[in-house]
Formats: sequence, structure tokens, C-alpha cells
Amino acid sequence: MMSGWSVIRIATILVYLFLFAPVAVVILLAFNANQFGSFPIEGFSFRWFEALWNNDAIVRAFKTSLLLGVLTAAISTTLGTLAALAMVRYDFPGKRTISTLLVAPILIPEVVLAVALLLFLQFLAMPKSFGLLLMGHVVFTLPFVVLVVQARLVSIRRDVEEAAMSLGATPVQTFFEVTLPLMLPAVMAGMLFAFTISFDDITGTLFWKPGGVETVPTQIFAMLRNSISPEINALGAVMVIFTIALPLVAASIARVMAMRKAGSSK
Amino acid sequence: MAADVAGARRTPWVLLSPSLATISLLLIVPMLFIVVYSFWLRTATGADQVGFYLDNWIEVLGDRFYRDILFQTFLIAFYTTVICALVGYVPAYFVANTRMKSKAFLLLLLMLPFWISYIIRTMSWINILGTSGALNTLLISMGIIDDPIQMLYNQQTVVLGLVHYLLPFMILNVYVSLDGIDKNLTEAAQSLGCTGFQAFREVTLPLSLPGLAAGSLLCFVLAAGTYITPIVLGGPRDAMFANLVFEAIVTQLNWPLGSALSLVLLALLGALVVIYTRYLGIDQIAKSFK
Repeated sequence: MMSGWSVIRIATILVYLFLFAPVAVVILLAFNANQFGSFPIEGFSFRWFEALWNNDAIVRAFKTSLLLGVLTAAISTTLGTLAALAMVRYDFPGKRTISTLLVAPILIPEVVLAVALLLFLQFLAMPKSFGLLLMGHVVFTLPFVVLVVQARLVSIRRDVEEAAMSLGATPVQTFFEVTLPLMLPAVMAGMLFAFTISFDDITGTLFWKPGGVETVPTQIFAMLRNSISPEINALGAVMVIFTIALPLVAASIARVMAMRKAGSSK
Repeated sequence: MAADVAGARRTPWVLLSPSLATISLLLIVPMLFIVVYSFWLRTATGADQVGFYLDNWIEVLGDRFYRDILFQTFLIAFYTTVICALVGYVPAYFVANTRMKSKAFLLLLLMLPFWISYIIRTMSWINILGTSGALNTLLISMGIIDDPIQMLYNQQTVVLGLVHYLLPFMILNVYVSLDGIDKNLTEAAQSLGCTGFQAFREVTLPLSLPGLAAGSLLCFVLAAGTYITPIVLGGPRDAMFANLVFEAIVTQLNWPLGSALSLVLLALLGALVVIYTRYLGIDQIAKSFK
């Protein structure tokens, strides 16, 4: 008879399979030579990636997503890091309310947030635009950045800063020479988070995007309406590789940087 | 010196002001605006009639059509949450109690779905269940069926897609709370004569309830607010409430009606969040970010 623990182990493997098998199939089919891009597998081919590269709409969508993600990450990481600093380092009246306010965009269903922002800006006679998309993405990535940076910031000890100040550094100097370098991993984590959320978003984006402008997820969505084409799998594979490779590369760069620093301080 | 103290008192507000301004202008004010907007009227000419009309609210709250879809939405969200809780508890338990080395790897794997786009994870099921998908191909090649079966585009596949999307949220929340349990407690229970299962039922399970509750809240709220999954994996009769919002706003351009519909969704899901935070606090959800 199997022990309880083996049953739990097998169940866990099955759940992990459930989570990853469909995505693995997307990647598998992306390399399938079959002309309908579905089963059976007829050999290995890059033809669908070539088709992607030659599809102007998809290349444009990719550029839009990339620009949107980078700008969103830059803006919301800047705002969120400052807010996280205030929340971790200072005590002030009304802190609990502010804390709730900062995570409010996650508490509100994204559809409602999307409707409110869209209608308000339309009322102000601002048409749907890239700017609207950017504003929307900043608002709903901001809480994630605040939470991620806040969580990591707690572990940075204050005495290092106090030592710098007592040795004569001004608060601004202390921030840029001591606090910011120590915070850098947290800031990077927040930035990556914001980028990925923005890059993957579809719920709000479908409301906000002007006609004719597509991001990668909305492009996939539009293509799905026709029928599932092999190009979609290839595009999916590119996106998966992109959003998974990016954090891994960033993590290894951070590790190399940390090792260099440790090496030079010896 | 006094200036210094005043300066230090101002600092947090200086740091917070960009975020607070952004959230106020792009979230709070727009939310208040759609409350007002929901009382306006969209006339046949496409212009808004400013005023205090209850027409949208009477339509949204009085029409059976909306109530039925609302019920269906909550049912789908409920199924999704229950399945996520049942299916997600076991791997969370395994990860929390396994040896150190595989634990880090399993946790890393658990984070991966968060990095994979929702639309791709949703559409990936078409490759599995579609008429030329993996399952049909397999069944045909094994000679069990002759012609492909249509397994997609019904309520079950909507629930399946949502479970696949939301399961990592559940596992992670349950894991966080299981991992925080002092192992001495279960050992103490067993040394006092509990069987392994009794120790689980009397000690571990109750202590993991906050995580289970946090995960359930997230699953329910996220499931009930979706409109992409029903479009991709559902049939024409599987629309959820957010689909109505999307239709009203983007297709029909009836913005006052869309405002009222959004507010209904917000009120119901907001009530859940408020009840939850009353009893368990918001911190439990924030824990999974650490």
C-alpha cells in the first residue's frame, strides 16, 4: 500500500502537470511543421516564427507592448518606490488609510477600473490613445510595485544609513550612495513585476486601446476570433520565452553584480 | 531644530504625493464620476442627457436578464474557487513540508505561471480540447472515437480555464500559511496521541484557514470579474457579468448603462472584500508578496 505522503507527492506532480502541460503544448505546436499548426506533429520547423517576423501587424503589436511595458515599469517603479520608502521608514497619522489607498487598484475589479478611467477621460474629451493605455497600466501596476518594494525594504537595516549620516553625509547623499544601492534589487524586482503585468495585460487594455492599436495580448485575442492559427502558438511561445527569460536574465545579472561587489570589497 | 522636525514630518507626504495624486486622479475621481454618470441618460442621438435619472438602475436591477447572468457569474466563480481550494491544497501542503532542495525548485515553478500571459494560458486549452487538439487526436489514434468530439465552448471549459488561471494564487496563499505553522505543534499533537491525520485535522488545517480564505477571496473576485475566458473558452450562452459591461461600453457605447453595470459588480465584489478584511485583515494577502 502507498503511504499518504506518496499519494500527496503524486497529486502534486499531477497538479504541476495540469499547470504546465497546456503551455508546453503551445510551445511544441509552435515548432510543428504541419500546415494547420495542429496535431499530428509532422516535424520540426521554424516556419511559424518566420511568418510572425513577416507579419507587420504582429511586429507592430510587439513594439507597442514593449514600449508600453518599459514606460509603465519606469513610471510606476519610480512612484511606487517613493511610496514604499514613506510607508516603511516613517510613521505618520492616517498610515493605515494610505496603505489601503495604495493597494486600492488591486481591490477593485480591473473591469470596473478600466470603465471608470475610460469614461472619465472621455468625459474630459480625451480620446482613446497610447497615453490612456499608459495611465491605466501605471495605475494598476502601482500597488504591485509598492507591495514588492515594501516587502524587500523592511529587511534593509537603518544603522547603515545612520552611520553614513553621522559621518557627515547629507540625507540626499545618503539616499543616493547608501539607500538606493541597497534597495536596487527590490527596485529591479518591482520594475520587472510592473513590466510583466503591463506586457501581459488584456482586461484593461481592450477597453483603453484606440482602434487600430494592438498590444501582443490583444493581437492574439483578435487572431483567436478567426480561428486558432499556428502563428498564435508561435506568438505565444515567443511571449512565454520573453516573460520567463527576462526575469531569469535579470536575476543572473543581479547575482553577477552582487558577486562582483562582494569581490571588490574584499 | 524646529524646522528639522517639521521637515521630517513632511518627508513621508512628499514621498507619497506622486502615488497618491496618481491614484486619486486616475482611480478615485473616475470612480466617483461613474457613480454620477450612472444617473445620466444616453439618448437615441448618442448624446448624454445630464440629470438625475433612475432609468439605468431600474433596468439593471429590475431586468431578469441581468439577474440571471449575475447568478451565473457567481456560480462560475464559486465552482472555480471550490475546485481551486480542493486541488490547490495538496501541492501547497507538499511544498510546505518537503525537503529544502526540491522546495526552492517547486516554489520557483509555482511562480512561473504568474509570468506567463493569461491569454496564452487560456487559449492553450484550445490546443488540448479543440476538435484538432491533443485529446481528440489521441482518442482517434487509439481508435476510441472516429470523429472528433466538440469538448470546448461550454460552462465547464470556462471553469476549467479559470481554475488553470487562478490555481497558482490559491496554492501560493495556502503555502504561505502552511509554511508559517510551527512544526513543533503537530509533533506535540502526535506525541500526545493524535494520529497523523488527526494532527492534520485538529492543528494544521485550522491554522491554514487564513491562507485558504485569502486564496479563495482572490480566486472568487478575479473569476467573477473576467470577460476574456468566457469569450475564448465559452459558448454564446456562457457570458459573464463583465461581458455585459464590455458590451455596453465598447460595443453599444451606452456609457451611463455601462457605469451602472460596473457599479453593481463593484458593489457585490467590494462587499466580499470588506467582509473579508473585517474578519481577517488585508495583511494576509500582502504576505504572499514576500
